[in-house]
Amino acid sequence: MDTKTQQFEARVLPHLDAAYNLARWLLKDDDGARDAVQDAYLRAFRFFDHLRGEEARPWLLAIVRNTCYSLLGKRRQLGEQVEFDEERDSEFAERSAEAHGVDPAAALLRKIEKARIDEAIERLPSVYREVIVLRELEELAYEEIAQVANVPVGTVMSRLSRARAMLRASLRRPDQEG
Amino acid sequence: MDERDDDLSALIKAKATRHAAPSQLRARIDARIAEIGTARAEETAGAGALGSPGRAWLRWTNMGAAFAFGVAASLVVVLTLRGADEEDRFAQAVVDSHVRSLMGAHLVDVESSDKHAVKPWFSGKLDYAPPVKDLAAEGIPLAGGRLDYLGQRPVAALVYRLNLHTINVFIWPATGQSSKDPVFDVRQGYNVAHWTGDGMQYWAVSDANAGELRNFVRLLSLDDRR
Repeated sequence: MDTKTQQFEARVLPHLDAAYNLARWLLKDDDGARDAVQDAYLRAFRFFDHLRGEEARPWLLAIVRNTCYSLLGKRRQLGEQVEFDEERDSEFAERSAEAHGVDPAAALLRKIEKARIDEAIERLPSVYREVIVLRELEELAYEEIAQVANVPVGTVMSRLSRARAMLRASLRRPDQEG
Repeated sequence: MDERDDDLSALIKAKATRHAAPSQLRARIDARIAEIGTARAEETAGAGALGSPGRAWLRWTNMGAAFAFGVAASLVVVLTLRGADEEDRFAQAVVDSHVRSLMGAHLVDVESSDKHAVKPWFSGKLDYAPPVKDLAAEGIPLAGGRLDYLGQRPVAALVYRLNLHTINVFIWPATGQSSKDPVFDVRQGYNVAHWTGDGMQYWAVSDANAGELRNFVRLLSLDDRR
C-alpha cells in the first residue's frame, strides 16, 4: 500500500459516519446512501491529491453532497421527486410561522418524540434539510457548511433560520396531516 | 441565534437520528481503496523508466510547448498506416488509459466544467486544438481535461460525468479528411466508441451502458458548432 492510500485512510476514512449520515438524510433510503457514499469515497480517493492542508471533513462532505444531488437529479428525471422551489417553499415557511404566532412552549417541544423530529426534518426541502443535518447533527461551523454546500456563509445562515422556522411550524401542529 | 433556536437545537441534537454507516459499507470501502492503492503502487513500480505517469506528465507540461510539439511532430508519421490491427491496438490502448485514469493517480490536469477553461489549457501542449463541447445541459457535465499518450503521441483526453459514470474521450487529428460513423465495441466490460469527424478522430470509453454511451456519442458528434 502506498503513502497516499495510508494518508487517505488516516484523514478521510474516519469521517465515514458523517458521510453516511448526510447521504442518508439527503437520499432518504439506505441502499441509495450506501451506493452514494461508496462512490463518493472512490471519487474522493481519486481527487485526494487536490486536498492540501484543508480540513478533510467538509471537503469529503462536499463530494458526498454532489454525489447525492446527481442521484437526486436522476431520480427527479424519473419522476420520483417533486421539483423544489426555494422561493415558494420559503414563503410558505415564513407565512406559516407568522400564522402560528410567536413563542412555542419549550415544554411542548421537549415532549415531542423522536419519530416526529425525524419526520419533520425529512419533510424539509433538501437545501434546508442539509443545513440542519450539517449544523445540528454534524456540528459543522458555518464556514464549513458554506464549503460543503458551495454557497456564501450568509446563505447558510439564512437557510438555517428558514429551516428552523419550518421545523417549528411543522412541530407545532398537534398532528401531521401527511 | 435566539433562545428558541437553542431549544430547537437541543431537541434535534437529542432526538434526531444520526445514521451510522453500516459496518459492511466500511469494509467494502476499505477493501476497494486498498485494492486501488495496491494496484497503483504496483503500476508505479512497474512503470520503470517512465516513472509515475501522472507526475511525469505534469513535469512535461511544465516544460511547455516546445517539448510537446517536438514529440508530436516527430511521431505523427506513425499514424499513417491504418488497419484492423491498428484499430484493435488503439481500442486496447484507450481502455487501458481509461482504467489507469480511474485508478486514482491522474484523472484530470485541468479540472473545470467550463469548456472555455478546458480548451485553452491544451494550447501550447498539443499541436492541434481539440474541440471541447459543453454537454452540461444534457446532464453530462465536463469534469476537465488532461494530456494523455496514445499511439506514440500526446493526445487530448476530455473527461465527462454521466451520473456516476466517467467518460474519457480521446481526441487527436485524423489522418484523412473523411468522416466515419461511430463504431461501438465492448472491451473488458467497458463500452468503447470510435468515430472520425471534422478532421479529428475520437475514442470514447466508459462504464456507462451501451445506450448511454451511444447517446453521449450522438450528442458529442452533433454538428451544431457550439
